[in-house]
Amino acid sequence: MNTSSPQLLRLHEADNVLTVLSTLEPGDALHLGQTVLTVDKRLPIGHKVAARPIAAGEKICKYGVPIGSAVCAIAEGEHVHTHNIKSDYLPTFERENQHSYFQPTP
Amino acid sequence: MKGFLRKDGRKGIRNITAVVYLVECAHHVAREIVFPFRDQQVHLIGFPGCYPNSYAYRMVRQLCTHPNVGAALLVSLGCEGFNRAALLEEIRASGRPADAIVIQQEGGTRKTIAEGHRWIRAALEQLKATPTTEMGVSDLIIGTVCGGSDATSGITANPAVGRAFDRLIAEGAGAIFEETGELIGCEAIMAARAARPELAPELLACVDKAARYYTTLGHGSFAPGNAEGGLTTQEEKSMGAYCKSGNSPIDGILKPGDVPDRGGLYLLDVVPDGEVRWGFPNISDVQEIGELIACGSHITLFTTGRGSVVGSAISPVIKICANPETYRRLSDDMDVNAGKILEGEATLEEVGNEIYDKILQVAAGAQTASEALGHQECSIVYKSFEPTGPACMPA
Repeated sequence: MNTSSPQLLRLHEADNVLTVLSTLEPGDALHLGQTVLTVDKRLPIGHKVAARPIAAGEKICKYGVPIGSAVCAIAEGEHVHTHNIKSDYLPTFERENQHSYFQPTP
Repeated sequence: MKGFLRKDGRKGIRNITAVVYLVECAHHVAREIVFPFRDQQVHLIGFPGCYPNSYAYRMVRQLCTHPNVGAALLVSLGCEGFNRAALLEEIRASGRPADAIVIQQEGGTRKTIAEGHRWIRAALEQLKATPTTEMGVSDLIIGTVCGGSDATSGITANPAVGRAFDRLIAEGAGAIFEETGELIGCEAIMAARAARPELAPELLACVDKAARYYTTLGHGSFAPGNAEGGLTTQEEKSMGAYCKSGNSPIDGILKPGDVPDRGGLYLLDVVPDGEVRWGFPNISDVQEIGELIACGSHITLFTTGRGSVVGSAISPVIKICANPETYRRLSDDMDVNAGKILEGEATLEEVGNEIYDKILQVAAGAQTASEALGHQECSIVYKSFEPTGPACMPA
């Protein structure tokens, strides 16, 4: 386990996502190696951001293993979650009032 | 440490009187029987269904004859399908004082509660004479489960439990991990850890069964709270859950109620065999804890990121909080703060050792947070299993 920056944790060298270690608020600076981005929405502890640009259909890697696939292109530093990746096994269900972008399959 | 020596030779870390309702219709009466004694290690367990079910029977029997249990009182309405006579005979055969009271014969709610109180007072007196014996780490069986997971679970509490598991197993303890539905996506990595070649295909089959079951039901073990906590997919949650098992070889696969006869690492297969029926394999964390206890767990290690508060009847639950923000909010309910790993205040190894030390303290009699708060959860539902195959257990 090595950290790419104190805000974020990289669990495996092969990973293309990083885990947020302490909650980031809009306006906070997000340090991704040499790149500094501005956080545009709240990123709670435990959520993921893209370590690099990810193409639609690309596998998302955490712990060195695929945890799903990108459903659209994801920019470097962007929040990676149910709105832009999907499970390769089972659909993810959320509470109805959470995210309108996710439609569970019957 | 000292343990309670049962007549069947098993060693327990608590001296509990179990009060058991055999159908939901007897639940209230059984709860009223327990109520005045709830701080005296008198615990309420039971099965709500009226129709008989061999899994439920086995669960109740294994809980009533668990090494932490010294006596059992069955509370029956009278007309339910549960085989009360067989259960009573099996508990008595284990050397434990046991009795059954039947509400319809006793004369209703009030008379049954009074008779139950009388029985409990006598049982508590009798249990004072329970012999104690020397107990070591190799006498312990420790289970682990995660609940209310978020993305911190898989990077702090779960790998720390894995460290504690490795240490316990090296010292001869039995260690059980479970949630095959939450191991979907890690089956190949897990099969590579099989202690014997014939166990590897069984491990793969176990997860495959879980995947088919959940696909049919259209719903994984993934709860909305998991997504709010930053977990996105079933397989991401799986990897985080899987690391609770540590790095030791996997020695066998258990089904609910199978008690390992030696130390080592075991996977508990909680997904029913055969066609999908009766709904979700495990409707809550509480039910999974009960299954670990039915496999002989003296203590359950419960990791949580979002913050569960549950404990359990029969065996203490040590709650290990993965998320430092959750720990600050729910610290009364937690036993170990693994979230401090994220804040740079401890390493995984240090928290692993803290969990190990906590197990020894609780085994020696120290109360867990949930015990002190009076938690005594229990949930048994309908399931069906085929017998465990020969390849699943060490020869």
